[in-house]
Amino acid sequence: MDLAELHATAERERARRKAIRVLCCTSSGCQASRSLELFHQLEAAVTATGQDEAVEVASVGCMGFCGQGPMVRVEPADLLFERVRPEQAAEIIAALAGEPCSVERGDPNHPFFARQVHVVRRNGGFIDPERIEEYIAAGGYEALYRVLHDFTPAEVIQEITRSGLRGRGGAGYPTGLKWATVAKSPGERKFVVCNGDEGDPGAFMDRSILESDPHLVLEGMAIAAYAVGAHEGYIFVRGEYPLAIQRLTRAINQARKLGLLGSQIFETAFDFKVEIRVGAGAFVCGEETALIASIEGRRSQPRPRPPYPAEKGLWGFPTLINNVETFANIAPIIEHGADWYASIGTEKSTGTKVFALTGKVRNTGLIEVPMGMTLREIVEDLGGGSPDGTPVKAVQTGGPSGGCIPARLFDTPVDYESLAAAGSIMGSGGMVVMDAHTSMVQIAQFYMAFCMDESCGKCVPCRVGTVQMYRLLSKVVAGAATPADLEQLEQLCRLVRETSLCGLGQSAPNPVLSTLRYFREEYEALLREEAAAGANGTP
Amino acid sequence: MAARTLTIDGRLVSARAGESILEAARDAGIHIPTLCYLEGLSEMGACRLCLVEVTGSNRLLPACLTPVSEGMEVHTATERLREHRRAIVELLFAERNHVCAVCVASGNCELQNLAIRVGMTHVRYDYLNPVCAVDISHPQFGIDHNRCVLCARCVRACDEVEGVHTWDIAGRGVNARVITDLGVPWGEAESCTSCGKCLLACPTGAIFRRGTSVAELERDPKRIALIVASRQERW
Repeated sequence: MDLAELHATAERERARRKAIRVLCCTSSGCQASRSLELFHQLEAAVTATGQDEAVEVASVGCMGFCGQGPMVRVEPADLLFERVRPEQAAEIIAALAGEPCSVERGDPNHPFFARQVHVVRRNGGFIDPERIEEYIAAGGYEALYRVLHDFTPAEVIQEITRSGLRGRGGAGYPTGLKWATVAKSPGERKFVVCNGDEGDPGAFMDRSILESDPHLVLEGMAIAAYAVGAHEGYIFVRGEYPLAIQRLTRAINQARKLGLLGSQIFETAFDFKVEIRVGAGAFVCGEETALIASIEGRRSQPRPRPPYPAEKGLWGFPTLINNVETFANIAPIIEHGADWYASIGTEKSTGTKVFALTGKVRNTGLIEVPMGMTLREIVEDLGGGSPDGTPVKAVQTGGPSGGCIPARLFDTPVDYESLAAAGSIMGSGGMVVMDAHTSMVQIAQFYMAFCMDESCGKCVPCRVGTVQMYRLLSKVVAGAATPADLEQLEQLCRLVRETSLCGLGQSAPNPVLSTLRYFREEYEALLREEAAAGANGTP
Repeated sequence: MAARTLTIDGRLVSARAGESILEAARDAGIHIPTLCYLEGLSEMGACRLCLVEVTGSNRLLPACLTPVSEGMEVHTATERLREHRRAIVELLFAERNHVCAVCVASGNCELQNLAIRVGMTHVRYDYLNPVCAVDISHPQFGIDHNRCVLCARCVRACDEVEGVHTWDIAGRGVNARVITDLGVPWGEAESCTSCGKCLLACPTGAIFRRGTSVAELERDPKRIALIVASRQERW
């Protein structure tokens, strides 16, 4: 494969397309609402009405407005249909010929869509993720070609550094700096690992990217491998994402067949092979040292850092670990340049971020917005506010490691520093909206139950401390706790945060601490008078 | 090998480059409590008892895994650290069923010693009272999960010293348990060489030699007569 062949493939694909394309979302969310059946019904309806010559039905990835799924888009007319049932397929196809149609219509200019900026989700809902030709027709793999022919590895790293891209897994470590560290770490072998163990409750950004545009992630990984000097890569995907695994597997095979992965990519000396590793249901695998242990075939338990994986990772070799969304940003940065990327977002948090907007909000789904947009814009403009008029009380970001930000701070811009200052974190992109009916104590209890179940059990404070905190929170919820219990809860928060081995334990108290900070009165309202509570005795 | 000079609790201490803070402190006679650490085994930093404060770092660092560096300023017993250690030991006592009065290791138990050392007078947390199994399927040894603290010293001794890896850990969180082979009773674990190194490594009474507990003690006074009789035959 060379550039001419790449362009020829794109040209063939464009020539193949029919005049009207009916795009049907077949991502996990819409599939759960029978979109696969809908897809087949649409195909049957096209054939039944004899429109095979002019109309094609394509299975595409996520369009984002998941709460209104299944979604169908008709191109080039830019018609949008929402909540489509398989029985309505014939009606939609008939509507193409100008017949009246009662299917719920969506507005492509709705603020939910109009306020978004698509960088990593640019192909989502437009291309069939199971056909590499469609990705190539959308300009795919050109960035990899350019990197291999026009860039030195150092220049790639420089470009990524200049873009200001920071890790999208949640902590926001500068991506260029991480790449430079791996590039400079000596090692006979090096590895590139994509962390697709997305596990925060309510978060599905990475799943959507992997399901909707798997080649974007593969291309980003290949560029990263070239930059740091690696020839082997792993994508770690959680086992709960079967469709993502299926589509990734297919994508890897297709790319290998076309010579875009494997040996001598684009007829250069650069080799890069990628394998998938499937998680077995442990949240802690998202922690990079636990993830490494899992890929190596060991029990997924974190180990203390340093040494960081950039120096000593997989089997002791320098290893670059980035999140799915981080890798998905790479090809666009190479295509459009670091300056373009840095012009999106804020000075310290450049680019866009994908969020899974859920909870007590009218419009739920996936959004990609420029960094620096305020929480208010996200919740009220894109999200459309609360569905039944009950005032919105808070937004939870960062999942079990994050915190709740109260409505009075909704003018906080969404960037790494501002969210941290408000007592939460950017996190991987979960954003759960809560209204006045939500008990913040129960929210804290929910997240603590999650951490307690997901603690690997290696270090004592996380293993036992989370259980004790959960018990105290349950006691508060049941109205049986005393002020002394609350004090003990706060002590435990400090202990677990300061002494736990890995990020899971260190951040497990965050949902409690942030709700105590902003909603302490909800805790206090549930307390009962101090009773004669004594010690539990000696062993 | 190059030497490094650092201060631990205000005392100047010299150490070999590459040595851990824990080793340097022990050489200098400064006690830092440990539980999962055992000389001869790899360090895993799991019990969090040896956490120390190092000037310039905002995180607490495990002394067993943190190498010394020149001019490093270490504090091993600040009020914050003492409070954390006591809380961690209390969490351990609350986790399983540690009843010293009926334990084979009482008086010779690292967990018990730790409790005394950190000044634990009572346990502030709810006892979790889990239902734990006792496995005495092995002819020589037994494991009482009520007393296990999941330090994984048995796992590492078996793997790193005996080279067998009979022991491992299954489950997660407070439901994690040490297991033999793939979770079979110890007596059926075919890889076990009955070397007893796990017994040597165990800090509590979790792994014990059978026949040492009060109820198991068997007397056989008739053997005296047997011995005397056999001697007579030979002479």
